[in-house]
Amino acid sequence: MSHSISDAKPAAGVPPVTRLAGRRLPRWSPLAIGVGAIVVGVAIGAGAGLKSHVQWGLIALILFVAGSYAVTAQVEGRRQAKDRVATSLIWSSFILAVIPLYSLVETTISKGAKVLDGTFLTHSMNNVLTIQPGGGVYHAIIGTLEQVGIATVIAAPIGILTAVYLVEYGRGALAKWVTFFVDVMTGVPSIVAGLFILSLWFVLLGKAPASGFAGSLALAILMLPVVVRSTEEMLKLVPNELREASLALGVPKWRTITKVVIPTAIGGISTGVMLAIARIAGESAPIALLVFGSNMINTNPFSGPQSSLPYYIYQQYGNGNDPSYDRAWAAALVLIAFVMILNLVARGIARWKAPKR
Amino acid sequence: MTTVETPPTAPPRQAATVTRPGDRIFSGLSRGAGILLLVVMAAIAIFLTVRAVSAISKDHGNFLTTFEWTPSLNPPVFGIAVLAYGTVISSIIAMVIAVPISLGIALFITHYAPRRLGGPIAYVIDLLAAVPSIVYGLWGALFLVPHLKGLNLWLDDHLSWTVIFHKSDPNSAARSLFTVGILLAIMILPIITNVSREVINQVPKMHQEAALALGATRWEVIRLSVLPFARSGVISASMLGLGRALGETMAVATVLSASPELSAHILDPVGGTFSQNIVAKFGEADEFGRDALIASGLVLFVITLLVNGAARLIIARRKEYSGANA
Repeated sequence: MSHSISDAKPAAGVPPVTRLAGRRLPRWSPLAIGVGAIVVGVAIGAGAGLKSHVQWGLIALILFVAGSYAVTAQVEGRRQAKDRVATSLIWSSFILAVIPLYSLVETTISKGAKVLDGTFLTHSMNNVLTIQPGGGVYHAIIGTLEQVGIATVIAAPIGILTAVYLVEYGRGALAKWVTFFVDVMTGVPSIVAGLFILSLWFVLLGKAPASGFAGSLALAILMLPVVVRSTEEMLKLVPNELREASLALGVPKWRTITKVVIPTAIGGISTGVMLAIARIAGESAPIALLVFGSNMINTNPFSGPQSSLPYYIYQQYGNGNDPSYDRAWAAALVLIAFVMILNLVARGIARWKAPKR
Repeated sequence: MTTVETPPTAPPRQAATVTRPGDRIFSGLSRGAGILLLVVMAAIAIFLTVRAVSAISKDHGNFLTTFEWTPSLNPPVFGIAVLAYGTVISSIIAMVIAVPISLGIALFITHYAPRRLGGPIAYVIDLLAAVPSIVYGLWGALFLVPHLKGLNLWLDDHLSWTVIFHKSDPNSAARSLFTVGILLAIMILPIITNVSREVINQVPKMHQEAALALGATRWEVIRLSVLPFARSGVISASMLGLGRALGETMAVATVLSASPELSAHILDPVGGTFSQNIVAKFGEADEFGRDALIASGLVLFVITLLVNGAARLIIARRKEYSGANA
């Protein structure tokens, strides 16, 4: 073997190397190149009188990529240089994704905190002119809670039963079709779900819907596939030994499912349901078509228009003046907080109830 | 002796355990839920079609090629040309931006980030998915639009010759398909990243270690062993993102200043998309106008159905052979 290695070296035309590893840049070199690139970038930006700091950053980034390629190619070779460029591109793609998230959260919090207070949470928009400051989201919070609640009551049992069917009973063509259409249903745009309920109302009742319940039905359609998918994943994680042990004791299959399989997976199932709730709580398109929105408190989801948090934001944005924009930001902050809390609680349950290994 | 006599008694005992009323009810219920789901999908298609056909049959324009959306005129004239164009263009822009970046993030999480950071970073990307679309819309309209003005002017100054980046009125606000595309790109990042990440995680460790053992750099490992394996998965992840971008409503409705014009200049504040048109025109529409909107919704439904179905089929086919490799 050693013979073949010593043969290979002159053949490749590489000068004799005294060390086993090739020449390497010191570990601090990317940092040094980065600092250098930023200094030169700022100098060029300031020198050329570019106003936008984004442009300064871009120049610095290009200088960094080019600089590290040149230096690495000089010292370590071209393959290593390409590797460096790929590394910096992949790092920058990550940073690019974080910037909008940071900006969105920062803007929402700083602008929303301005008018968000106890009054905002406990008052409706009744008798508040759009150009006036004041008013609140109380009616919208009630609407959201009721619509999302009804949608959950409809979609969660159907979704969980469908998942049980797919995992415990499903064989053959029907199960295949259901699996496929659950996936396809995940991609149904929310506006299409809204239009469907709209035409359902037209065809069956002959009039346009204007109630929270119609909105809940559309939300349930959006929620159903999410619940099915997550429940399915969780049921698949339940070890077969548990089912077999229960069946071997003579427990009927349906009792096995309700008393052994579902309780084992209940943490994951409730996490999935809560994430689905978080998803539909932010949907405004079907609400705009079916519930219409209202400035007054309407606690009855089965008759009369209601509001909802996301639709409220859309409405306030549409008013197009500063007090309304302030309300829109504050409502966005409330909505994000609601969704994030649901997310965190859901993940907390998942961790707390996770099967110990 | 006894062992010889037991086999004849076994078959009848087995038969007795098969049906219990509770079992039959429960399996019927769960099967019914599955069937209900199929019925809902079929009902969506049927009910939309019923209303859409009655609207299209009264359309005095060509439904596919007319630019205007004026179903309230007498005779009614409306068509989806501008909407289809705007939907496709904004989705293409979103894909061009989002796919490479998502792939980059997925690779970052799986191969580049310090191991301890991978989980939290994936969580942050999930948070991007949890933000409601109306909040993206609000942020897009009140923050992104004014901040993109500089970029628009720069593109107009330097890339005007490409026609695409020509801006007819440099002073108009950036409420264009280009801005919508950027916003959609941010919104579909998480789904493309998550699905790609799952696929990349399935790449056999052996392939990568073999490449490393041959002296490949990290980038060569990715290019030679990770990407070829993950290609179909990344394609279907992108198509899932495309499905979402096509149907996105509120973020487009708040950002775009819509008008029935079809322009190759993506920086001009004109155009429209299916879902944006539905929300924008719904308030003033009479019953016939709503049917016309339902007709455009049906087109959107069919398009997203095809895109998502194709994506899922690719994933499903992949699963079969990746299982053999694992």
